[in-house]
Amino acid sequence: MQTHQYDVVIVGAGGAGMRAALESSARVRTAVISKLYPTRSHTGAAQGGMCAALANVEEDNWEWHTFDTVKGGDYLVDQDAAEVMAKEAIDAVLDLEKMGLPFNRTPEGRIDQRRFGGHTRNHGEAAVRRSCYAADRTGHMILQTLYQNCVKNDVEFFNEFYVLDLLVDHDLAAGHVPEGEEVNVSGVVAYELATGEIHVFQAKSVVLATGGAGKIFKTTSNAHTLTGDGMALAYRRGIPLEDMEFFQFHPTGLAGLGILLSEAARGEGGILRNSEGERFMERYAPTIKDLAPRDIVARSMANEVREGRGAGPNKDYVLLDLTHLDPAHIDAKLPDITEFARTYLGVEPYTEPVPVYPTAHYAMGGVPTNIEGEVLRNEHDVIRGLYAAGEVACVSVHGSNRLGTNSLLDINVFGKRAGISAAEYASRASFVDLPANPAEVVVEELEQMRSRPDGERVADVRRALQETMDANAQVFRTEESLNQALADLRELQKRYRSVSVQDKSRTFNTDLLEAVELGFLLDIAETVIVGALNRQESRGGHFREDYPDRDDKKFMRHTMAYRRPLPEGRRPSKGDGDAKGAFAHSTTFDGYQLVLGSKDVVVTRYQPMERKY
Amino acid sequence: MTAVAEAPAQKAGEIASFTVTLRVMRYLPDENGDAVPRWDEFQVESYGTDRVLDALHKVKWEQDGSLTFRRSCAHGVCGSDAMRINGRNRLACKTLLKDLDPSKPITVEPLKGLPVVKDLVVDMEPFFASYREIMPFLITTGNEPTKERLQSAAQRERFDDTTKCILCAACTSSCPVFWTDGQYFGPAAIVNAHRFIFDSRDEGGAQRLEILNDKEGVWRCRTTFNCTEACPRGIEVTKAIQEVKRAMITRAF
Repeated sequence: MQTHQYDVVIVGAGGAGMRAALESSARVRTAVISKLYPTRSHTGAAQGGMCAALANVEEDNWEWHTFDTVKGGDYLVDQDAAEVMAKEAIDAVLDLEKMGLPFNRTPEGRIDQRRFGGHTRNHGEAAVRRSCYAADRTGHMILQTLYQNCVKNDVEFFNEFYVLDLLVDHDLAAGHVPEGEEVNVSGVVAYELATGEIHVFQAKSVVLATGGAGKIFKTTSNAHTLTGDGMALAYRRGIPLEDMEFFQFHPTGLAGLGILLSEAARGEGGILRNSEGERFMERYAPTIKDLAPRDIVARSMANEVREGRGAGPNKDYVLLDLTHLDPAHIDAKLPDITEFARTYLGVEPYTEPVPVYPTAHYAMGGVPTNIEGEVLRNEHDVIRGLYAAGEVACVSVHGSNRLGTNSLLDINVFGKRAGISAAEYASRASFVDLPANPAEVVVEELEQMRSRPDGERVADVRRALQETMDANAQVFRTEESLNQALADLRELQKRYRSVSVQDKSRTFNTDLLEAVELGFLLDIAETVIVGALNRQESRGGHFREDYPDRDDKKFMRHTMAYRRPLPEGRRPSKGDGDAKGAFAHSTTFDGYQLVLGSKDVVVTRYQPMERKY
Repeated sequence: MTAVAEAPAQKAGEIASFTVTLRVMRYLPDENGDAVPRWDEFQVESYGTDRVLDALHKVKWEQDGSLTFRRSCAHGVCGSDAMRINGRNRLACKTLLKDLDPSKPITVEPLKGLPVVKDLVVDMEPFFASYREIMPFLITTGNEPTKERLQSAAQRERFDDTTKCILCAACTSSCPVFWTDGQYFGPAAIVNAHRFIFDSRDEGGAQRLEILNDKEGVWRCRTTFNCTEACPRGIEVTKAIQEVKRAMITRAF
């Protein structure tokens, strides 16, 4: 076992992690720990763009962007955070340009902008060109540019190190910690993939930037490595997860595969059609049609299929039609995604429509933070020294449905903020003592997994989880389907206890790490299902067929999911997960309980209205 | 790679399954202290849209959990799963089994020219070290403008091709010069130098050209076009290297 000491440790080297690292490493001694080489991170798969009201091609301003973000999130957005993001978007784009990002250009040589779903002029009048882009590989360019600048600034990376535990001085999942009492982070425990060695990192500040958890679903645009690690690490230590029931299903995944085709395809003029050739979005969103927000388009597509108007032999997908666009235009603006259609489905988008169906894409929820990136442990207390940014976090700028391009924006704006906050805190704080045997939990878990005789296969349990999530907790949900998902999950959690790995070696043991990641997925799925069961309304990405309307009276609040010890004749105290009214759900399993609580939505300028497009 | 695939004989949902044989080069360094590379064969049930990565996953998940390879995004943008498939460097997630003649065994080996860590996993450090050496970041002097630097669409287009690089190492590890001389910068590093040398905003071109004028630099390229053929992103790698050579002759530094 090796021990390291850094002022700031950043976990994850995607967009948020590297943006944070650029700030933090310029101020204090910083390490970035990543389970992948930084350029492998899934930020690189983002395609369409990053919105900012530069007004380079038409009139625009950040206030309209704020409004669109709030409305797009079905009013569950914290409006102070959305305003920060929309305002700082402009500098975030300019920062990237100055770092070298090769944006597409206007004829005047300025950063070009294009339309994107849900982004409108003057509070919904018409689609506006707000998305700054680099062909259909904007995320790739952002990831490369940030990595290039990390090389320039000599940022210290620990690549292919898996962080497997978060060290805090009070384990909130193990016992009651009174409201207001100080809770501090002291470091992380990591596993070096190449050697199997354990590393303990003592740090004054830890920034979680581990990305999403799309692998809880079977059909997903997410990478194999997006297993919710950071969220699960926090949750296991009793840190709440916020709004986990809100998962975005991106409308245009390649049918059957889930590989993403950017919304930019529709921004550039692509049209969704059903088996009858009808442009069905005209019925669901008469004003902005195919450029309605993703939750609406995904539901509309699923509805077309349900009502028998799906295309293909099994009538189980709809068609994305680009055939009316000039092939030269497609090549210039959408080269990568059209190649995906050719490579994976053998479809030529110049002449044939592309089969598409919604794919699990983005977790709106995550580790709750304030606008400085500080992690909250309840409605108002922070964990000192702990920060989060990007998809792992919930600020909440996306509310119940994220607008396209706002994730690339989120990682840049809040990655930067978290990096600065973490460094500033570290420069005035002292190290917190590590627990007596900091790696104990991790070492024991890994040893058990390795030494267990032939048991359950990781892949079988994971597949069963993904199948039940797709069948029961996807675009359409009901109490019945969610109860089924929860029952299946409990069964799988039991099976997980006897999971064994075939590879017993120390060197590059990905078999072992897949088993650990499966544990994270099960924990995350639990918070998604329970949050969805409790939220008896439909809002944004969460649609309950048994409660099809939004219910602001009961549910205009963020969900907070807490892991707590089993009660000993005592209900958990207020502010520690106790729920008022609508958030009274709790469920127990094997030595712990999941208790729901809630948190106020910050409303500043915009009162909730009906969401029409 | 121009992947203008022919329309599938059958549409999705009707695709028949077939069995493929994977012949995988194994290297398990701490399996009883035995570190001799060997070939293992696996039979895998596959479908028309399956890629080599799917077949590797089926082996790992259903037959032999110790089979080790890197992968992440699974659709050709992260660059984790470059390997030698039937003797050619490709991304496992972008190579469809049906395009490989599944009636014959499909051979899968680690990239050549980089130290093998385990099975299909190679040590990427030498590769990234070369990349870091060419100063892969925008270099500018003077005061920063308040807003963006201007760049015409034509200037932006000039280096578009080399911005596509995902650092998968398929090109560098396909290069015969790199195989025999691991000190050679290799195509990927030169591609990334090209990306900045031809960026109108950049002012570090002379420094990069000087670095690549080294005896292990661009002049070692023998234009065998292996790199261009190997690039999963369709970058004209050899052309980019030639352009860097030409810039060395024409640009005074």
